[in-house]
Amino acid sequence: MKKITLRLVPFFGLMLMMSLLIHTKAASAEEDLFYTYTYDYWAIERESPDAYAINSVTLGSQLGIGDFNAPEGMFIKDNQIYVCDTLNNRIVQLSYENDKYTFVKEVREINNNGKTESLSKPYDVFVTDEGLWCIADYGNMRIVTIDSEQNVISAIYKPEDEETLEADYQFLPQKLVVDAAGRIFVQAQNINKGFMEFESDGEFVGYIGAAEVQFNIIDYFYKLISTQEQREQMEAFVPTEYNNIALDSDGFIYATIGTTDDSSTSSKPIRKLNAKGTDILIRNGYYDPIGDLQTGSGGGYNGPSKFTDVTVLDNDCYYCLDMTRGRIFGYDFQGNILYAFGGIGYREGSFRYPVAIGNLGDSLFVLDKEMGTITQMTLTEYGKLINNALSTYKVAQYEESADYWRQVLRLNGNYDLAYIGIGRSLLRDDKFEEAMEYFKLKLDYKNYSKAYKLYRKEWIEDHIVIIFTVFIIWLIFIFVRGRIRKFRREVEGE
Amino acid sequence: MKSITKSSAKLWLTHFKDTLKYSLHCIVSPFDGFWDLTHEKRGSMGAANFLLIMTVLTSVWKLRYTSFVFIRIQWEYFNVILSICTFILPFFIWVLSNWCLTTLFDGKGTLKDIYMGSAYALTPYILIQLPMIVFSNFITYEEGAFYNYFLSFSVIWCGFLFLASVMQIHDFTFGKALISIMSIIVGMLVIIFLLLLFFSLLSDAIAYFMSLYKEISFRFY
Repeated sequence: MKKITLRLVPFFGLMLMMSLLIHTKAASAEEDLFYTYTYDYWAIERESPDAYAINSVTLGSQLGIGDFNAPEGMFIKDNQIYVCDTLNNRIVQLSYENDKYTFVKEVREINNNGKTESLSKPYDVFVTDEGLWCIADYGNMRIVTIDSEQNVISAIYKPEDEETLEADYQFLPQKLVVDAAGRIFVQAQNINKGFMEFESDGEFVGYIGAAEVQFNIIDYFYKLISTQEQREQMEAFVPTEYNNIALDSDGFIYATIGTTDDSSTSSKPIRKLNAKGTDILIRNGYYDPIGDLQTGSGGGYNGPSKFTDVTVLDNDCYYCLDMTRGRIFGYDFQGNILYAFGGIGYREGSFRYPVAIGNLGDSLFVLDKEMGTITQMTLTEYGKLINNALSTYKVAQYEESADYWRQVLRLNGNYDLAYIGIGRSLLRDDKFEEAMEYFKLKLDYKNYSKAYKLYRKEWIEDHIVIIFTVFIIWLIFIFVRGRIRKFRREVEGE
Repeated sequence: MKSITKSSAKLWLTHFKDTLKYSLHCIVSPFDGFWDLTHEKRGSMGAANFLLIMTVLTSVWKLRYTSFVFIRIQWEYFNVILSICTFILPFFIWVLSNWCLTTLFDGKGTLKDIYMGSAYALTPYILIQLPMIVFSNFITYEEGAFYNYFLSFSVIWCGFLFLASVMQIHDFTFGKALISIMSIIVGMLVIIFLLLLFFSLLSDAIAYFMSLYKEISFRFY
């Protein structure tokens, strides 16, 4: 016996060394491969396989049209990419097909009733279904709508509204969208009452979706006791300004607020506005969609995430672009974080000053203002599985959804949504006990409660006979015991 | 000899049982209860120790065995010693501060009386929270209102008992008891401050002598 053990020692030693070798190799490989992460229930970053793979980073000069100079806006529709090359005073239309960009045309000058005018610092463009371009012509302080021949259809200048706009206010439109009814929603500089809404004929309607005023109680108290002169020196409590706007396929407005203070947890930096301007974004995740949950000051970047743009997929997932750390945060329609990736830097897949994000099919496009590049990334197998799982769940195909989640789990065992997704589908199949197990693993107490309630009901229904029998036996026991005691007492009493 | 120890142990056990049972009387009629607890010797140190230990255990078990629907804990960062200390240290500081200050306020209770009274006042915590741990595993998130109601009820009950124990043990009026409780809390803060000061000075002193020793040892070798 002893001999065998002794002989086995070198064998085990070899095994141990080999396992050490394999382990270190695997760890170093992983670090290089992935730069994507998610947050778990405890707001701790968890490694995740890449959901998007960087496909290409394109400069303007590579397309033969000269480098972009501080581009501010990008719009994507039907395989066409429109880039607002702001400081070059032009809008470039590119066509994207089969992983290749082709230059279609550039617009520098527009034809205003026979007069040729040039664009000045165009910030944003929106192309309607009819092929009309709606341009935020920032430098000319107007919004122009042009047709495909560059003829001006209509132009909107500063609205006549003494109540809300001071006489010396300069109308500086930065971002805009046009909804299906032709209404134009504009985010203009120095407007903090929400988005300006114009009718299709250019008439100013009003503001929608004003962000609420934010202040903290200490500042308020301080203001109460300070003198008039001191008060004037202090910052006024004004509503926060929106900084971008996007439209989803159902016509809802997604808006971002680039808050700079640290109160971003309560400020709801991403909102979904309905026609009345009410925020209807669903926030059912562990945490509200605010970008990074751990905001240390690593690498010289500190403070909360500052969203600059948002894009919405057809399955209602949305991607927020964060300027602070150059990251993209993916959220599903329930507000759960799907994945986050990116960074500040010069590497492929990092950004210097990301300003705009758009999606086209399975691709994401990010426009970098400082570098003047368009980064294009494509969904990986992993990302596709997640998207499929979410899409099938939305159309009530729970079985398929669970199958996709099981495949996701094979690639990433840390993925909370996968466990919860499987649990949900098990719940629909009346497999309560298994569903509870999945929910418990990821501490989803609300869904667990749902499953448990049904499980409890089922258990009681199954065991009602036993429960009643035990209850009746117990009652009889008590009755008999009482009788015996009474009887004894009587006997003893005599 | 053997029979004597056996019978005395039995005697101790019956006494322990009686005094422990007395805690049930104490919590429902606190004004009589706490008076008799010390003045009529109806309580015992053994029972008080047992109640305190059970309270600490309940507070730990509560974290461990309550359903995750109500309490979720990151076990990687959980420290059981720390969680025991956060319960037991304030208790002892309360007893100490109570004794220090009520002596000044003409309180009748000794340190032993105060300890016993305070420990007996914790009984509702055990009686309610312990079953609630089991109960929490059979209810859902929506039914959590019952759970939370009972938890806060137990704490309020304990707080009331603490007030009654200060009143009865020291033979105080209601107003005097309230004032003394407030000053006890201030006294607790002072004690905590002094402890912190003491330990930080101690660690400074230790660091000083350590560096002195290192300096000397470097000089000679």
